[in-house]
Amino acid sequence: MNRRIAFRNARLVDPASNLDAKGGLLVENGKIADVGPRLFNDADAKDPEVIDCKGMILAPGLIDMRVFTGEPGSEHRETLESASLAAAAGGVTTIVVMPNTDPVIDEPSLVDFIRRRAAATAKVRVVPMAALTKNLAGEVMTEIGLLTEAGAVAFTDGDRTISNTRVLRRALAYASTFGALVVGHAEDPDLSEGASVTEGEYAMRLGLPAAPAAAEAIIVERDIRLVEMTGARYHFGQISTRASLDVIAAAKKRGLPITCGVAAHNLALNELDVGAYYTFMKVKPPLRSESDRSAMLEGVASGVIDVIVSGHDPQAADTKRQPFAQAAFGAVGLETLLPVALGLHHDGRASLSLVLKTLTAAPAKILGLNAGTLAKGTPADLVLIDQEDPFTVREGELRSRARNTPFEGRSFHGRAQKTYVGGECVFDRKARR
Amino acid sequence: MTTARAETILKSSHLLGTETLSVGEITALLDLADTYVALSRSNNKKTDVLKGRTLINLFFEASTRTQSSFELAGKRLGADVLNMSVKTSSVSKGETLIDTATTLNAMRPDILVVRHQDSGAAELLSRKLDCGVVNAGDGSHEHPTQALLDALTIRRRGRKFEGLLVAICGDVLHSRVARSNINLLLKMGARVRLIAPRTLLPGDADRFGVEIFHDMRKGLEGVDVVMMLRLQLERMSGAFVPSTREYFRFYGLDAEKVKLARPGALVMHPGPMNRGVEIDSAVADDIEVSVIQEQVEMGVAIRMAVLDALSRGLAVEGRNAP
Repeated sequence: MNRRIAFRNARLVDPASNLDAKGGLLVENGKIADVGPRLFNDADAKDPEVIDCKGMILAPGLIDMRVFTGEPGSEHRETLESASLAAAAGGVTTIVVMPNTDPVIDEPSLVDFIRRRAAATAKVRVVPMAALTKNLAGEVMTEIGLLTEAGAVAFTDGDRTISNTRVLRRALAYASTFGALVVGHAEDPDLSEGASVTEGEYAMRLGLPAAPAAAEAIIVERDIRLVEMTGARYHFGQISTRASLDVIAAAKKRGLPITCGVAAHNLALNELDVGAYYTFMKVKPPLRSESDRSAMLEGVASGVIDVIVSGHDPQAADTKRQPFAQAAFGAVGLETLLPVALGLHHDGRASLSLVLKTLTAAPAKILGLNAGTLAKGTPADLVLIDQEDPFTVREGELRSRARNTPFEGRSFHGRAQKTYVGGECVFDRKARR
Repeated sequence: MTTARAETILKSSHLLGTETLSVGEITALLDLADTYVALSRSNNKKTDVLKGRTLINLFFEASTRTQSSFELAGKRLGADVLNMSVKTSSVSKGETLIDTATTLNAMRPDILVVRHQDSGAAELLSRKLDCGVVNAGDGSHEHPTQALLDALTIRRRGRKFEGLLVAICGDVLHSRVARSNINLLLKMGARVRLIAPRTLLPGDADRFGVEIFHDMRKGLEGVDVVMMLRLQLERMSGAFVPSTREYFRFYGLDAEKVKLARPGALVMHPGPMNRGVEIDSAVADDIEVSVIQEQVEMGVAIRMAVLDALSRGLAVEGRNAP
């Protein structure tokens, strides 16, 4: 099938090639066949399918590096399919799924299971990370070589920190043998045990168990030492404090192979949003002080923070409708990732190109994916964005199976209008509602 | 009693490692071992160069192969051989190494062969005993007779050390065999590659003056000799490598990987082998490439040469006088 789709009258934004210009794009056989400022300018495209973008942004589909689902094991919270529907609605064409499932993705056959399930059910691309230690227990490293061959794109214990430094050192040394990427979670497990929120005046007034913000930087510093020792490629999945940012900036300056991400909720919310014990505000890393939040905005603007992620972590009513201390951590975020990120552009914090880079070219480069660009020959994973479209988040309108959004009732402008994966339209806002 | 009929080979009265051996000493030991290969292949395998001498094998770690090799070497040279293993000695009753040494010293042995789990144990004994000490393996430090027998095997296969490309593969981190071989081979003019995952290599391995490879396929390209190392069972299940199946997949020597080496390359293993972990049976048992059985034969000859050489030094220095 030689299917052609012509996009015309678009604002092409491709951070990978520093492109930001009016123009057109041609999709052929699921791949980008041509792209450029002069393409389809005169509206004479004879293609059977011509899409007039009306000046809206046409960008590479977003890559979300940090998505938790419930498949396998907790399908009532989220399946690969339901997560993919939420992703498509959010303009996300690749979701990188965490191994924190039941069973844990720590075996080559389970990586294979995720890939086959995704191929059969998911509307967007699903890229699995595998566990770094067996059963996420932080004791015994996984078969990094065989898991890589099976298709694991990186190794992580998800939202768990490996507390045994010797185990982590060996795991990093072993991973570096294969050039594998390790994704770490920085939260000292002893300092943060039992804590629900970040330590501070507000937590004190609420009387909630809290962990110091330094619990993050302590692990960041430790892990950087180990990276220095082992030469492993290392990515901090989500950072949230100014102290972490400073340490990572210094490490990058020393030339260490370190990258980091920030969750949308740590960019948009702070500790006060916990309000009257709203458990949807109980997230990892916890919502921090305003100073830490603005540090995250600065980090994105300066490029020290490489990627913005949703940290999508669907929780059902049974785990969230609880006293705050007993409620589960986590927030859904696939559908609010782009709107939150665009906020940085609207506020003049970062250029549109930089914002989109953290969602496309940067994660693609870190993960080594053939995606996140409008370059000719790459798969036609695309998102059409109306950056002005105003809307208010209503949990009832979310596609995710779980509805635990911390942005309920909050207004944004800018969101995905159409999403394409391999040239197939997987989401069209007009067609839906 | 041996007379001055034979020339001195070793400057030291101990053999603690290959690091301190000179090219001349190594060559002389290999030459002498050649004569003992011939002797061991004849009907009368015995000679009397160690007649009247007492050899004690003190093994704190079990090793059937090395211990019996030394025992046989001593007996073929006419020495009285006493085997002491840790289970029958007072060390298991809490005696310190020094006390054991003092006790043994009082029995006036001429040569003590020692295997110990701690690096430096042979060195310590050599300072406390009046007899010659042969290191039969100390911790992760040295195992000089293994490196010498490997060299003898290589040389008898007609290979020249100068420019020889040798790959040492596997658990270099814990291996005394690797350290002894690296010292000896570099000294003799060979080039050495180490092939292992980073978890099984010391961080400063390149300081040996060797090339480091993490990809076994790349490391094996064009090598003349492949030396496989044993991976201890307790190191296979997560601490250093995640599993035996993963280890075999990436670091096990199979027929396909052997093909990457130079045609006619030799495959060696110090034994005992973990088949299906570091080496495929198809390779280990392939008489076209594997010289593993030959290594065992050379082991007896080289140990005869070492004991002979050390006994000459003892006679000259008269260290055995009351």
